[in-house]
Amino acid sequence: MTPQSNIMVVAPIIAGREAELRQLLSSMNREPGLADPDNPLVPFGKIATLHYARFVVLEDKTREDLLIYGAPLPNAINSLAFLCDCDGTADALRRDLVTHAEAGLRQIFSFCASFQSGADLLRWMEEHEQRAATTYNNWLGRTAKQVREEEALRKALDLRLQSIIGRSPRQVWEELRGFVGREKAAGKLTLTPAAPTPLLWSIKNLLDCIGVPLLLLLLSPLLLLYLPIFLIQLRIHELHDPVIAPRPTLGHAKSLAVIEDRVITNQFSAYGNVKPGLFRRWTLASLLFAVEYTTRHIYNRGFLARVNTIHFARWVFLDNRTRLFFASNYDGGLETYMGDFINKVAWGLNIVFSNGVGYPTTNWLVMGGAKDELTFKDFLRRHQLPTDVWYDAAPGITAYDMERNSRIRDGIEQESMTDDELADWIKLF
Amino acid sequence: MAFTNADYRDTQGLVRFGYARLTEACFLLLRIEDTAAAGHWLESAPVATAEEQKPPPERALQIALTCEGLRKLGLPDDLLQGFAAEFLSGMSGDENRSRRLGDVGVNAPEYWQWGGPNDVPDLVALLYAQPGLLEEWKSSVEAGLTRSGFKLLRCLPTTDMGGVEPFGFVDGVSQPMLDWERRRDVSGDQLTYGNVSMLGEFVLGYPNEYGKYTTRPIIPGHETGGLPAAEDVEGHSDFGRNGTYLVIRQIEQDVRGFWQFLDKQVSRDASKRQTLAEKMVGRQMSGDSLVPVIDQSIAGVGPDAQDIQRNQFTFDGDAEGIRCPFGAHVRRANPRNADYPAGTHDLLERLIRLLGFGRKSIRDDMVASTRFHRLLRRGREYGTKLSPEQRLQSQPPDEEPSGLQFICLNANISRQFEFVQSAWIMSGKFDGLNEEGDPLLGNREMVAGCPVDKFSLPVAGGVRQKIQEVPPFTTIRGGAYFFLPGVRALRYLARIAKFD
Repeated sequence: MTPQSNIMVVAPIIAGREAELRQLLSSMNREPGLADPDNPLVPFGKIATLHYARFVVLEDKTREDLLIYGAPLPNAINSLAFLCDCDGTADALRRDLVTHAEAGLRQIFSFCASFQSGADLLRWMEEHEQRAATTYNNWLGRTAKQVREEEALRKALDLRLQSIIGRSPRQVWEELRGFVGREKAAGKLTLTPAAPTPLLWSIKNLLDCIGVPLLLLLLSPLLLLYLPIFLIQLRIHELHDPVIAPRPTLGHAKSLAVIEDRVITNQFSAYGNVKPGLFRRWTLASLLFAVEYTTRHIYNRGFLARVNTIHFARWVFLDNRTRLFFASNYDGGLETYMGDFINKVAWGLNIVFSNGVGYPTTNWLVMGGAKDELTFKDFLRRHQLPTDVWYDAAPGITAYDMERNSRIRDGIEQESMTDDELADWIKLF
Repeated sequence: MAFTNADYRDTQGLVRFGYARLTEACFLLLRIEDTAAAGHWLESAPVATAEEQKPPPERALQIALTCEGLRKLGLPDDLLQGFAAEFLSGMSGDENRSRRLGDVGVNAPEYWQWGGPNDVPDLVALLYAQPGLLEEWKSSVEAGLTRSGFKLLRCLPTTDMGGVEPFGFVDGVSQPMLDWERRRDVSGDQLTYGNVSMLGEFVLGYPNEYGKYTTRPIIPGHETGGLPAAEDVEGHSDFGRNGTYLVIRQIEQDVRGFWQFLDKQVSRDASKRQTLAEKMVGRQMSGDSLVPVIDQSIAGVGPDAQDIQRNQFTFDGDAEGIRCPFGAHVRRANPRNADYPAGTHDLLERLIRLLGFGRKSIRDDMVASTRFHRLLRRGREYGTKLSPEQRLQSQPPDEEPSGLQFICLNANISRQFEFVQSAWIMSGKFDGLNEEGDPLLGNREMVAGCPVDKFSLPVAGGVRQKIQEVPPFTTIRGGAYFFLPGVRALRYLARIAKFD
């Protein structure tokens, strides 16, 4: 089993050069917002372990919201962020990036203030990386190659099924198994077996899995003592925090819409300030820590609570935990995405994002908030950034498609199936 | 939390009545060329209200305006900004919207007969009349409009096909029931499918299914200019109250193409042809459901016996899609599900589901709760009605194309009409399907390099039957987003126009 990794390089852009940088970035796209896999700057398609990648200029358009709090205004320097979600280690990805895209990356990063022209690209990227507080991976261990192979398998089987009529599920299964065997022998289909799980990763994972609950258990008396104080502090904040969610301007809405809904999956990048004060900063950090435990050990088999349309997502603290950046890759349109979240996981949105400046009022951290549908949607759009370059290694294939394809493959590779299993398997087509 | 009751007298009648008895209808698309004169006409135009009349009226006039129409009448910009962004942009005003609605390829607004860029009407006058009365009434209305400086861009005629749409299916069988009495409580999760909707889903100025008020233009001052008070904003008047958004889309139907394609699929077997058509539509041609009626009553269905026979069902009784395929039009347009997957009742089950567990199959919990995405449909057929024999013959030259003037009312265009159209109807991935869009409305355009032109019919205990290369059966010929104002808002608008 090959685990996934991710990187996020963030570096401030040289003042006055942002427009030129954006133009350079847009030259990588074949359509607004959709990267050309073979673009000459960063040929994403050549890196076989890449699932998603994006370049996005981090611009804090809502920094003036902090005036309401009487807090100091955060800096207005825009940064360039480069994110990747990949199979295997981040080290291997960085080396791949240098191998396939050194010149292009140098050209792009030359717009960043701290990039000297002779710098060691690998070292510079590493130094400027920002670790995510929380990451989400739809299916732990599913590699980009696996997605491609299983989609090719599904397509081949769908085509073959057109000429198989009136057979029992078992007969169909045996016929398709034979077909796949022949196609593999002829080199027309490949189903790479899973690689062995790296030992070090397994050990770290196990320690985290057991260690975190143990830690919480040890701290639980303290946490329980703090709880009533926390709740009082929370209510005081909730009753006084202002809501700032005016309707996004036409220009902003257009800049977001032009890059959406071209293929089935969409990108989402959002940026905002954490509500000032230690209470909010620590609450958010603790909650993201808790969410990270669940995404790492529980929600890694197709769904995040009730939502199964997200491929990869992450929450990243920036600027000493005063700002939060959120990135995701999800299936369907934003209206569906937002609606699903409001109806199915409003509580999840609330616990994290209610710590952001201007979020619709919550009650007891989990109630209210996103349920104020229109205010929430305006809030989200307001903090959304247009992603300059977005690469999707498997366009047109949803997270559901990927799981379905894996189940089809499992059925083909299984040596025997009971009648019940066959009845379920045959419905996958 | 009931405030005042709904005001039938201030609401235009189409929100409450389908005017089924007024079988003759036409829709006049107009341009305003003299603001003051238009104001005079609007001030006294006899719009039909939602009050029940005894005896029922012989005629009904309804008036709705686009964003441009409101602007021309002089509605100030800060008020206009109180309308939804999609209304301000218009149905054809944004490429992203057109992508999501499926208005691409031959359905793109640049090819529309009306409503495309630079061709959006300002106003639509909807005329409904009893048989024999429309022609004369229409002439007099048109004369009055011309005198008031309106230019008639286009008249959208309709044909009474006797309750049947052009493919031959009984239509208008399922409608949400509006909670006019304001008794519905949406403070908790809705665990079963119900057909009753909060008034605010279809009328602005009232709480919607989230228990909140949809944004609409509000003016400071109590009952300014005769407008009703805003329920939720103290000391303000509500320009949107008792109004709603009206969506019109002219959908041309290739009736012959539909039946002849099916005929070929079933090797000319007449009864198999009908069955296949019913599987695609998701209802029997008679209007009855493909899924058997259930014993328990569903809120908002009945007490009319025919309504019960046609609508007292959910798809829980057909979890495998054997009777009604997952991709059938009716199953896409209204999946009839609740806030949690079927079978979730007690608190523990809900908690388990809330955290994302308890899935019974890979296809569990794929579709959003229907109650936030209902449409109140008021469409009318147009063109030539074809007999079953004619449908299988080739089209004679000069035959009037037939289709549906699809009309729906909703308070939130984005969450209701646009959502149903893009996430359910047009989506090639709806409910775990793949490479297939709505069999009737799908545009069959490629998405991400993949064709979206199949139709699958689940088979009990076997492989799903998949029909390949289904051609498109409909084409969009026009459309627009209108605001159907309350009567007081209409008169307020008229006064602004008169003095502009």
